[in-house]
Amino acid sequence: MDLGPHLLLALLEGTVSAFVLAVTALGLSLVFGVMRIVNVAHGEFFMLGAVLAWWITSLVPEAPFWGFMLALIGAPLAVGAIAVVADALVLRRLNYQPEATIVATIGLLYILQQAVLTIYGPDARPVVAPIQFRVVFPWFGYSGYKLVAVGAASLLLLAAWYGVTRTKFGLIMRATQFDRETAQAFGIPVKRVYAAVFALGAMLAAAAGVLVVPLQQAHYLMGLDPLLLSFIVVIIGGLDSLKGTILAAFVIGISDGIISVFFSPTLAKIIATLVVALVLVFRPNGLFGGKAR
Amino acid sequence: MIANQRSLILHAGLIVILFALQFLLPDYHHTNFTSIMVLATYAMGYNILVGYTGLLSLGHAMFFAAGLYGAGMGVYYLELHPVLAFILGSVAGLLLAIAIGLIALRTTGVAFMIVTLMFAQAAFLVTLYFNDITHGDEGLTLTQAARGFDLLGWHVDLTNPSQRYNLALALFLGALLLCLALVRSPVGRVLVAIRENEERTKMLGYDARRYKLLALSLSGLLSSAAGAAYVLFFGYVGSSFAAIPYSIYPLLWVLLGGVGTVVGPVIGTLLMFYLIEISRDHTSSYMIVVGVVLVLLVLWFPKGIAGTIRARWWGWIP
Amino acid sequence: MTFLTTQALTRSFGGIQAVTGVDLDLRQGEIRAIIGPNGAGKTTFVSMISGRVEPSSGAILFEGEDITALRPWDRVLRGIVYTFQITSVFRNLSCFDNVALSVQRSLSKGRAIWHRPDPIEVQAAVDSALSRVGLLTRSAELAGELSYGHQRLLEVAMGLALQPKLLILDEPTQGLSEQEIADFCRLVKEISAGATILLIEHNMDVVMELSHRITVMNNGALLAEGSPDEIMANLDVQRAYLGT
Repeated sequence: MDLGPHLLLALLEGTVSAFVLAVTALGLSLVFGVMRIVNVAHGEFFMLGAVLAWWITSLVPEAPFWGFMLALIGAPLAVGAIAVVADALVLRRLNYQPEATIVATIGLLYILQQAVLTIYGPDARPVVAPIQFRVVFPWFGYSGYKLVAVGAASLLLLAAWYGVTRTKFGLIMRATQFDRETAQAFGIPVKRVYAAVFALGAMLAAAAGVLVVPLQQAHYLMGLDPLLLSFIVVIIGGLDSLKGTILAAFVIGISDGIISVFFSPTLAKIIATLVVALVLVFRPNGLFGGKAR
Repeated sequence: MIANQRSLILHAGLIVILFALQFLLPDYHHTNFTSIMVLATYAMGYNILVGYTGLLSLGHAMFFAAGLYGAGMGVYYLELHPVLAFILGSVAGLLLAIAIGLIALRTTGVAFMIVTLMFAQAAFLVTLYFNDITHGDEGLTLTQAARGFDLLGWHVDLTNPSQRYNLALALFLGALLLCLALVRSPVGRVLVAIRENEERTKMLGYDARRYKLLALSLSGLLSSAAGAAYVLFFGYVGSSFAAIPYSIYPLLWVLLGGVGTVVGPVIGTLLMFYLIEISRDHTSSYMIVVGVVLVLLVLWFPKGIAGTIRARWWGWIP
Repeated sequence: MTFLTTQALTRSFGGIQAVTGVDLDLRQGEIRAIIGPNGAGKTTFVSMISGRVEPSSGAILFEGEDITALRPWDRVLRGIVYTFQITSVFRNLSCFDNVALSVQRSLSKGRAIWHRPDPIEVQAAVDSALSRVGLLTRSAELAGELSYGHQRLLEVAMGLALQPKLLILDEPTQGLSEQEIADFCRLVKEISAGATILLIEHNMDVVMELSHRITVMNNGALLAEGSPDEIMANLDVQRAYLGT
């Protein structure tokens, strides 16, 4: 292939990963924004979404489309329930103290990941895409499902944006984010808001996991990459800004796609992690401004 | 002073017990204890930072791995004398710690945790990227011949379990003495003050950043010395030593044993080592133990074993 | 040569000027009180002198040298010592260790970071500082377990052990009993034999008893300056501060 088609392919791949990444990172960003905690187990919610999608679709092998639809609804709900339990049993007891919460969510990461290893096993298992068609370019064919995934992810992003900016729950959430004590004084049930936000963040990650699973198979270790990429996106995009998070997801997703096609994916990740560390040190207002202790 | 005598008895007793154990332990546990002493040295290094300056690092694997790769590649490629390789590995970790410290110590709290995590992840990816040299996950294996040497008319063979055990003990003793000396030194007093109230410490005329850099450098040095010893004793280094779990382990060991106590890291390392070994016999999901213990510690046992003993009964434990 | 001079010292926080163009001259050996209503910018002003807060503009001269750019810890070594308004002792350390931190700093001036000062010298200096504030018998107690008044005294002992040339006391008598205040005034007079004192204080009896000169601040600016009698007679001051 020439450079042009190559670049087009890279752009397409980048766009797909950017949309999925935006959904995942949005979950992390919401949780950090409202609750001021860093959830290291976020990637495991992504993985749980993918694994549950495999399980749900395997229940109805004769109807892959409806099985997948069921997974798209069922997996995030189940993951949300797990998140509510984790919040009640662990995070709330720590009173969301930032450093203790990080250590606890590292623990949560291993508990979820290893529980999946025990129950589901070490194999990577494929899920059939709900829709089978190929978009044919003059130079190469392209999986139609990937474009569907992009569409579904953008619907999720729109829904999240609408929820946060236009609904009563969004208002309550923003009030809690702005000032926890005052919100409490005005009768907002802060504990329940936190539980809901934590669940919502987890559900977004799980939904992203479901969308991805026809493309990359379900595996118990698949949570690490989305976790690190979400960190990168949220830190670079800056907190308190859904727009920043989504914009950063596109920059990171697409440049990751392009660098990975032309250079090495490992090199792309090295550059990204180093950039993020430096952003956090020298532009702390990006994410942890003022609040970091 | 009575407290000093008690502390002397406690720590000297620990060393005597560890020395005596080599004659009593069966082969399997003999090797385990060699590992534990090296890993406990790593834990003590980690504890210097978290216990005495209050900075939680999520990226110490990069210092441990710097020791492993520095010493391992020194022997593998440069055919260095193992003692020189040990020094090379330790210095590599020290320099890395200074460089990281100059950047990362501008942050504190959660930001410091994430910055160290990111740097360590970059270091891990570097070991994969330079696959031609490091052989990535497959790693480098050192030959028996390369791990033997003569020193002052004494022939050392690092594959000999008994010599290896006693060298590990010597490393551990060195780390223990360093930590005890640090705790009782004026620097140690300032580090504790920074942990307790950094703002006040600055207003007593201390440039806190220099002290934190010193703590991180010492912490990195002990971690890399442990890494260098590990590769020389056991003859293997691979990318997995630079991966995230090796940053989480020392956190776990120190939290379990007791943050900010000299003896805590050893207790934590010993218990976790065997807890993981035992669960490994029963399930392939043995890492679940790490998760469960972390959550339990944070929820109900934040002071760890030695920290609780100090708070409840023996206030003199350093 | 004046001891301490501030020239048009200004600090704004996000567009709001907390301190505006304050010029102040301190003579060596005096006790100077700064008074003014809450929010007048007193703490911000002395924080700029101690280096905790960076000025937005203006300059600070100490013993004839421009120290505006010096970091707080370097100013401590030059003899500018600040004691906190909100008691800020190391609660989990003994009184001895609290003061030893100061002593160690002044005995290791200009030495390497790992320099270990002579323990006998440290002991003597700690004892001397603790006995000056009357806490010698409590040397081994944890600072967090002291009464509030004693914690304030420990705070002063930590300042004294740094061998200050200029000691800044930020509302030192707040929360003390009358007897404790009287003892405290005696202590400040003793200290002033060896150091210049800059005092933020709300208790007018203390101000009148201790200060040689008084500076009045209001809305971040300097409102008046003079001897205690002059200030008492000044109508502006009464309106702004005494509320009559």
